[in-house]
Amino acid sequence: MAISETTLKDAMLMLIEEQNEKGGLLGKQLEAVVVDPASDWPLFAEKARELIEGDGVSAVFGCWTSVSRKSVLPVFEELNSILFYPVQYEGEESQRNVFYTGAAPNQQAIPAVDYLMENEGVERWVLAGTDYVYPRTTNKVLEAYLKDHGVAEEDIMINYTPFGFSDWQTIVSDIKNFGSEGKKTAVVSTINGDANVPFYKELANQGIEASDIPVVAFSVGEEELAGLDTTPLVGHLAAWNYFQSVDTDANYEFIDAWHAYTGDDTRVTNDPMEAHYIGFNMWVDAVEKAGTTDPDAVIDALVGVAVPNLSGGYSAMMPNHHITKPVLIGEIQDDGQFDIVYETPGLVAGDAWSDYLPDSKNLIADWRAPMSCGNFNVETGQCGGMAAE
Amino acid sequence: MILTCASSHARAADDVGALIDRFADARNFTQTEEIVQALAATGDPAVIPVLEILSDGDLYYREDDGKVFITADADSRRDLLLIDPLTGEEVGELSKRDLEKIKVNNNLRSSINAALAGMTLMSPDRAVRLSAARSMMDAPSEDNLALIEEALAAEEDGEIEAALRKARAVSILNSDRGIEAKAAAIEDIAAIGGRDAISILLSARGSLDPELQDEVDAAQAKIEKRLAFWDVAQNVWYGLSLGSVLLLAAIGLAITFGVMGVINMAHGEMVMLGAYSTFMVQEVIRTSYPGMFDWSLAIALPVAFLITGAVGLVIERGVIRFLYGRPLETLLATWGVSLILQQAVRTIFGPTNREVGNPSWMSGAFDVGGLVITWSRLWIVVFSLAVFWAC
Repeated sequence: MAISETTLKDAMLMLIEEQNEKGGLLGKQLEAVVVDPASDWPLFAEKARELIEGDGVSAVFGCWTSVSRKSVLPVFEELNSILFYPVQYEGEESQRNVFYTGAAPNQQAIPAVDYLMENEGVERWVLAGTDYVYPRTTNKVLEAYLKDHGVAEEDIMINYTPFGFSDWQTIVSDIKNFGSEGKKTAVVSTINGDANVPFYKELANQGIEASDIPVVAFSVGEEELAGLDTTPLVGHLAAWNYFQSVDTDANYEFIDAWHAYTGDDTRVTNDPMEAHYIGFNMWVDAVEKAGTTDPDAVIDALVGVAVPNLSGGYSAMMPNHHITKPVLIGEIQDDGQFDIVYETPGLVAGDAWSDYLPDSKNLIADWRAPMSCGNFNVETGQCGGMAAE
Repeated sequence: MILTCASSHARAADDVGALIDRFADARNFTQTEEIVQALAATGDPAVIPVLEILSDGDLYYREDDGKVFITADADSRRDLLLIDPLTGEEVGELSKRDLEKIKVNNNLRSSINAALAGMTLMSPDRAVRLSAARSMMDAPSEDNLALIEEALAAEEDGEIEAALRKARAVSILNSDRGIEAKAAAIEDIAAIGGRDAISILLSARGSLDPELQDEVDAAQAKIEKRLAFWDVAQNVWYGLSLGSVLLLAAIGLAITFGVMGVINMAHGEMVMLGAYSTFMVQEVIRTSYPGMFDWSLAIALPVAFLITGAVGLVIERGVIRFLYGRPLETLLATWGVSLILQQAVRTIFGPTNREVGNPSWMSGAFDVGGLVITWSRLWIVVFSLAVFWAC
């Protein structure tokens, strides 16, 4: 288990313990089963099968990368169980057994780009990402969105690097050149995990500051910054649906509970933890509503459930199995926290199928009867407008 | 007379204080920016530190009464130390949850810089002067020309001087001065060059006299030619610096093979051990002797040498000595050793990346003509050349 996933496991254990202290659910105590697929994609499918068939779990809270989610999808479908997926992802998917509590592109990427256009007057864009499905699909959506908004082809630079890439010298110098041709430039980063630190360091090394070329990242949160010297990163941005610095009582209570549970008041909270917080409470509500943990009953009961989120409002489960949340843009501070500089005025509903891609703009997902379809094509009136990948 | 003078002074301070407290009422960045402009317009030097601190994000207001304070770290992580923005007196400590931060974003930071540019162009801090010079370039105005001339005369740093000269040329191009002055400005821009010079010329072109168009074309061609030359130079340098890292690893591989006749598949892991030794040395220095950080690499060098040497000795005594003269078996055995070493490091240090910090003399970059050379890369090239020569 990588560090971010370990944190999520601990957060789940804390939520389950709290629920049990409140008297459990349907008169019974909840029991946690933890399995570790060790970032091995095929093993995710095996472990999921083991959890559902062997341990008979009622719901699974897990997966991290998109690859791991894709690898367990057929298992959840076949064995008819429930998965809560807490990480921001590329969209273009809606599955009956999966509830997506992380952000879809329209709940993270698009508002971030809007913010940069409106508030920082950005006209040229570098879309830099790690070479796998999430960055590629997100960048496809973003490219279509930018072109819709009148950004010319030559003002968009797209770049992919392998996992764990560390020699950023040439790419950063390309970005610098691209950004010094007169138009205000920003980098939209879907760079994953470990490659981020050398990237930001090289930016600082070559004298690029956030006020010259801001970088907005979708995979850099409090957990990733913990223990790093963030001085060279100050002013760069991240878009999430939650930051530890959110100023609400619910959030302070959650942070206090987290510190008490881990016994360490330097442990940070982050967006996927909030997603699990929301997802877990939704599941609890739905089970109470259904009066059983039977998957079919709970899946039906989950749609429409609304629970408080940590940013001071309510998140509701939509018929497409995505949730409503506010979108926040934060600037990195020198203490590894984010300063929220923008918040969408209302809640944004997760969009399973992007409106900006020609292949998916006619698709909607609605898992309520009688439609009960994850990829309904509104033009042809057929379910299965595009095979769910 | 003296009395009125003193009282007007006091009133000015009051005004500035009242203006600063208005930050608490600002609901969005536009409103904050208006207050910044108003503060800068007072011309009172006392506002410079306040605006700089606002830009750093250390200006807060008390939620109870909306009084604005400069803050610093307090003993407890949950509290902040409050400092009066005008007198600099410590007022007390308060929980972060009862304080609200005055929000700044990149845009606001740029306008703070621009607002302060006139006042900070002569600042003793090089970074402040550079950013002031750049803001001057972004907001060209004839009014600034005298200020820029004055700063230019006193400036000794090459990079800032170039930025100032560009700012002066841009300001002249956007002013209503005569053709000769503008022609000189175009020449000046062509002489300094840089990627942004082309966009400066192109955006000024529309408003320039027709006689000057040819000169703009000539200047643009000249800049582009020079950029193309420096692009090649930059690529050569990147190739060299990347190659030097590989050279360093290759030397080690070649020595093992030359001396022992062993193809060491675990050589990459030995390099890794060296890197982790450096990391350990830096950790110790960070926690116990933070002042020595600039020496960390010099200290790590012999430590890494001893650690990897010891591990190499163990591998030789434990495995390789039984396999001399059997190249296939050593290949296989060292590959096994490499897996063991990788897993050992993963078990001890965890799978996530560890950071080896750059000492101050290895951070940042400098310009050689149109070439940006980062210090870290330069030192790596120097080091590998030194090792190569020693071999």
